[in-house]
Amino acid sequence: MECDYRTGDNKFTSGIFARSPKTGAARWFYQFSPHDLWDHDGINENVLLDLKLDGSDRKVLVQVQRNGYVYVVDRTNGEVLSATPFVRITSSKGVDLKTGQLIRNDEKKPQLGKVLRDVAPSSPGGKDWCPTAYSPRTGLLYIPHMTLVMDTEPLEVNYIAGTPYVGVESKFYADPVDPGDGSRGALTAWNPIEKKQAWRIKERFPVWSGAVATAGDVVFYGTMEGWFKAVDAKSGAELWKFKTSSGIIGQPVTYRGPDGKQYVAILSGVGGWAGKIVSQDLDRRDPTAGKGFVNAMKDLPQYTTKGGTLYVFALP
Amino acid sequence: MFVASMAARVGLAVPADANRVLTVAADPNNLPFSNDREEGFENKLARLFARELHLELRTIWQSQRRGFFSDTLGSDRCDVVMGVPAGFKQCLTTAPYYRSTFVFVSREVDQLNINSFDDPTLRRVKIGVNTTGDGQMTPPANALIERGLSQNLVSFSLYGDIRRQNPLAEIIRAVSDKKVDVAVAWGPLAGYFAAGESPPLKVTPIAVSSDSILPLSFAICVGVRKGEDLLRDDINRVLTTQQERIHQLLDDFHIPQLPLDDALHTQESGQ
Repeated sequence: MECDYRTGDNKFTSGIFARSPKTGAARWFYQFSPHDLWDHDGINENVLLDLKLDGSDRKVLVQVQRNGYVYVVDRTNGEVLSATPFVRITSSKGVDLKTGQLIRNDEKKPQLGKVLRDVAPSSPGGKDWCPTAYSPRTGLLYIPHMTLVMDTEPLEVNYIAGTPYVGVESKFYADPVDPGDGSRGALTAWNPIEKKQAWRIKERFPVWSGAVATAGDVVFYGTMEGWFKAVDAKSGAELWKFKTSSGIIGQPVTYRGPDGKQYVAILSGVGGWAGKIVSQDLDRRDPTAGKGFVNAMKDLPQYTTKGGTLYVFALP
Repeated sequence: MFVASMAARVGLAVPADANRVLTVAADPNNLPFSNDREEGFENKLARLFARELHLELRTIWQSQRRGFFSDTLGSDRCDVVMGVPAGFKQCLTTAPYYRSTFVFVSREVDQLNINSFDDPTLRRVKIGVNTTGDGQMTPPANALIERGLSQNLVSFSLYGDIRRQNPLAEIIRAVSDKKVDVAVAWGPLAGYFAAGESPPLKVTPIAVSSDSILPLSFAICVGVRKGEDLLRDDINRVLTTQQERIHQLLDDFHIPQLPLDDALHTQESGQ
């Protein structure tokens, strides 16, 4: 297997480098997924917060990772203070807080000639790059994410520069255990101090938009069907929604206009890894197309077509 | 396209004209397969098909790297790609027109006589192997790593350096230049570039062992867009009627060929 070619931790992949802005010298490096087998990149956004943890003020960096954990890391020295699953995880067994090391699940190791089932989270991760939002008023982190797992099977024939080779096929699908109701995404409000979920809004498709939280205690996000939603930041109750002309994978933006009014804007137009079946007209009969995502998104074309429109809403 | 097919079926001589075009997507710098001077065997095969189908040949040039198939066949920018492996899912494939294998290439004078991955000689030599990146493996790279030989490997990316002529030649040249002692490469490129090297190189097909999970030989077909069943059928007809000529063409290019067994002929791509 390809992963056997690159033995060891594969530093410095899938991690964070902290450097001095004055000199560029490295201060610390933390690797979320050493010797990653699943495309669990460490590229998600860093949320810098000052939190009171166990009675003391800590300067932290919060990362909602591909590998399914919400990490709270001391940003002064890279010490992992907590790593808590926010989705079901089978690809690893936890994070050793003494060392910060991810404990891989060796039963879920890709092997040639073997079908591997129920690898969670799938390759795009518990959350991919779509940005979270934090509200200092509620103390909650709003996470747009997925609830997908995957099977991997080897032996798909491929061809580069006239040379055949074989690779691994993946198929993603709705986690049959958690949530187990066919929903494939959610917006989750997470308390990073209590290390647990405050509420969750399940969605039919992966939530591939970003989230924005306002000082009026409203959280905005969009769905792949094209709904732009506003929910109560404390309870998650839906306050308002608007059907745009195509699935939303953009990031909501709010700003004060030159007229002093508050505006909220969102770009609608489906695409991204999850949306390839529509944006690239992929064949829904091939579940491994779109690097496995097509399997999980076969019904997306029933809910949205391609698009590209900027919507701007004014608060009254 | 449809009219020309029907005409060919009833044996009419139909002159080529501007409306009846066969567009092939080909790599401008990928000998022995193709180059923009049409010196590759796939170039010559494309000319043959166009002639037999009474179509004018047009070529769109694109490096056969990542994204090639979705950018060409998948984007309706061409009708056909001359070489795709049997079982390839991104297009509709014809019956295979040749079957080749990965081979060992070494310097004749060294008398290495390697034909299997289990040969103990491999443990003490430098082995050149093509790699793809992208988290995938070529079968020989996988076979060698499984046997604990990763320290012996010298890697040659299939993406190659397309600023230079014939990027696939690099791994074979590395044998001549003694950068490696043996190379494991895909038959067509090994056969072509090894032929005529001085001092002479030896090309040996890999003996298939029963415990090999990854296939070392592949059947190669012509690829058309999914749904283009009629064109696929037309090309299959040409492959049959021109079988000897095609076989000779491949021999001229020193392509190591294995028998196309019946199992493959009856295997439709299932699309």
